[in-house]
Amino acid sequence: MAGPKYPGFDTLSLHAGQSPDPATGSRAVPIYQTTSYVFRDSEHAASLFNMERAGHVYSRISNPTVAVLEERIAALEGGVGAIAVASGQAALHLAVATILDAGHHVVASNSLYGGSHNLLGYTLKRFGIETTFIDPRDLSAWKAAVRPDTRLFFGETLGNPGLDVLDIPSVSKIAHDNGVPLLVDSTFTTPYLMQPFALGADLLYHSATKFLGGHGIAIGGVIVDSGRFDWEASGKFAQLTAPYAGFHNMDFEEESGTRAFLLRARREGLRDFGACMAPMNAFQILQGVETLHLRMPRHVENTRKVVKFLAANPMVESVGYPELPTHPDHALAQRLLPKGCGAVFSFNMKGGREAGKRFIESLRIFSHLANVGDAKSLVIHPASTTHYRMDDAALKKAGIAAGTVRLSIGLEDADDLIEDLARALKDAQRTMK
Amino acid sequence: MDFSVDGKTAYAYTAAHELDPARPTIVFVHGAGLDHSSWGLQSRYFGYHGWNVLACDLPGHGRSPGPPIESVGAAADWVMRLLDAAKVARTSVVGHSMGSLVALECAARHPARVERIALLGAAFPMNVSDAFLEAARNNEQSAYDMETIWGHAPQVSFGANPNPGMWMYGDSLARLSRLAPGVLYNDLRACKDYAAGLESAAKVACPALVVIGGRDMMTPPKAVAPLLRALTGATSVTIRASGHTLMAEAPDATLDALIGFFRD
Repeated sequence: MAGPKYPGFDTLSLHAGQSPDPATGSRAVPIYQTTSYVFRDSEHAASLFNMERAGHVYSRISNPTVAVLEERIAALEGGVGAIAVASGQAALHLAVATILDAGHHVVASNSLYGGSHNLLGYTLKRFGIETTFIDPRDLSAWKAAVRPDTRLFFGETLGNPGLDVLDIPSVSKIAHDNGVPLLVDSTFTTPYLMQPFALGADLLYHSATKFLGGHGIAIGGVIVDSGRFDWEASGKFAQLTAPYAGFHNMDFEEESGTRAFLLRARREGLRDFGACMAPMNAFQILQGVETLHLRMPRHVENTRKVVKFLAANPMVESVGYPELPTHPDHALAQRLLPKGCGAVFSFNMKGGREAGKRFIESLRIFSHLANVGDAKSLVIHPASTTHYRMDDAALKKAGIAAGTVRLSIGLEDADDLIEDLARALKDAQRTMK
Repeated sequence: MDFSVDGKTAYAYTAAHELDPARPTIVFVHGAGLDHSSWGLQSRYFGYHGWNVLACDLPGHGRSPGPPIESVGAAADWVMRLLDAAKVARTSVVGHSMGSLVALECAARHPARVERIALLGAAFPMNVSDAFLEAARNNEQSAYDMETIWGHAPQVSFGANPNPGMWMYGDSLARLSRLAPGVLYNDLRACKDYAAGLESAAKVACPALVVIGGRDMMTPPKAVAPLLRALTGATSVTIRASGHTLMAEAPDATLDALIGFFRD
C-alpha cells in the first residue's frame, strides 16, 4: 500500500509556513510591521517569557512575517526549523556563537566566500575561536586538522571561487566520527539543487540575499537545523546540554531535544547579538522563494549555454564549472548535484589584468558589482576589484589569476548574454595587440 | 532527572525543579515513538505553577534506555514504579495517544494512587493499519512518514506552526530518526493489542478529561466516542482545528484545557 504523501517542493515553495491570515483572510503573507505584541493579561505575559506558551513577544526574537520565511525554508530543506537573520554573515556568526566558546576550534574548507574567511580567520580569532583552513578535497586533511577542542566542521556546498564540490557524505562522516556537526553554506545551490541534510550535513545556512530572494533588493540570512545531530551523545556541547544561567538555568537539549540548537540560537543569540531580520525583508525574500523552483532551472539552463560558449572561445583559457569533465569534481558533482551546479562560476581570460578590465567595461547586459544570485546577470573581475591589492603571486595563492572573471548568470535570454560576452571578449582581445 | 526503575535509568523531565512533597504531582506520558519533549510547553507550565511534573521517557524512548515495554498494562505498572522511585504517593496522569491508554490503565489498576487523568488523542480500540504496522516492523522510512503525516492535521503540511520558525513535519521526522529499530513497532503493536479499554474505563473512579483533535486522523473524534461513554462523568474538550499532535498543533488550547481541568 502506498503511504501518505508529502507536498512537493514546488507546493512548499508557495505555501509552507503560511495559512491565509486568520484575522483578515489575506492570501498573501501580511507584513507584520510591528516591534511588539500585546499580552492578553499578566499571566499570559509571564507564560510567554517563561516559554510555557508559544507566541511572539518582541520582533528581535520572532515576528509573524519572518516566521513564515523561517518555516518555509525549513520545509524546503527538511529541517526541524529555521531562524532568519540580518544577513548570511549573521547566520554564520549565529551558528558558530551558539555552539562554540572561546578556546574552541573550527575545521573549515579554504574555499570560502571572503566574508566567511574574514570572520573565521580574523574576527572570531580575536574572541578565542580558532580555525584551521584545509583543502576541502583532501579528506585526510579534515581528519588531520581535528583537535580535542574542535567543535565544528564547515564548508560551502560549492566552494568559492573554484566551485569545489563539498563531499558532504564523506566529510560529515569524519565530523560525526569526531563527535562534531557539519555546517554548510548552501547559498550557491539553494534547496532546489541540493538538500544537504539528506547527504549528512547537520546545520546549514543561506545568504538569502542571493538566489532565495533572487531580486537583489533585500539582505538576509537563514540558518536551518536538521535536528539530527545528537548533542547529548556527543558529550562536547555543554552549551546545549547543561543548565545555562543566562536563560533560566535551561538545559536546552533536555527541554526540547531535536530543537535544542534553534532554541538557544533564538533565545540567546537573537536576544543578545540582535541580528534579526526586518519583516519587510522577510516579505521580499518570500516573494523570491515563491518562484525558486521556476528560476533555478532557468539559471542552470542559461549557465550551461554560457559555459559551452566560453569553453569554445579562443580568448578563454579555462572555465571552472563542475559539469565540465575538466573540473576536478566532475564525478562528485554528477552524484551530488544532478539538477545542476548553480549559476555562479569563474573563467580565466587570456591577456591579464588589462584585458580583464576592458572586458568588464565593455559588457552591456552584465552588471559590474559585488553580488551573485540576482535575476540579472552579474560580473566581477577580482584582480581589479575585490583582490586589487594583491600582486600576481598572491592572487595565484588565492586561486585567482590576473584574468579570472566571475559571472553570475541571470534569467535573461541566453543568446543575448552570449552576444554580450562575445563582444566584450573581442574588445578585450584588442588590448593584447 | 534520572531515577532508577527495575535497576535501570528512568528519565523524567521535572521542569528544572526538585520534587516537593507538599505539591500535587502530574505524570505526563508520551505517545508512540515520542518522548518527554513532546510535552515541552505544557509540562513547563505546570512545573512553574505549583505542581511537581514528571514528564517521563518510557524505556527505549528519549533518555530512558530500552528495551521498550511491550504492553499498555505493563507500561502503567512501570509508571507506578517510577512514582515509587520518585517517592511520590499519589499523582495525576496526563497521556497522549499511546500514553492516554497508559494513563487510563494507571487509573484502572491503581485507583488509590491516581487522582485525575487527562487523555489526549485517545481512542478505543486504537486501531493501527496493517500497512503501518508492517512498515514499522520492518523499520521502513514509510512508517515514520505515516506517523508524521497522519499524526498531524492536514493543514500542518503547509505549516504555520504556532511555535515561530519551527517545521512540525521536520521535527517529527527528526525525533523518529533517533529511535532504535523496533521501538515504533513495539509501541504501535501495544496500542493495537490493548483490549481492556472499555472495562478499564468503567473502573475509573477519578475525574477524567478527554481532549479531542477535531481533525485528528489517527484517533478521529468518532473513535473516541466509545471511550467517552465508558468514562462515567468524564468531561471532554474538542480543539476543532487540531490533529493528533495536540500539544504542538494547538499548544495554547491544549494548555488551557489542562489548566481548566487541574484548577477545577
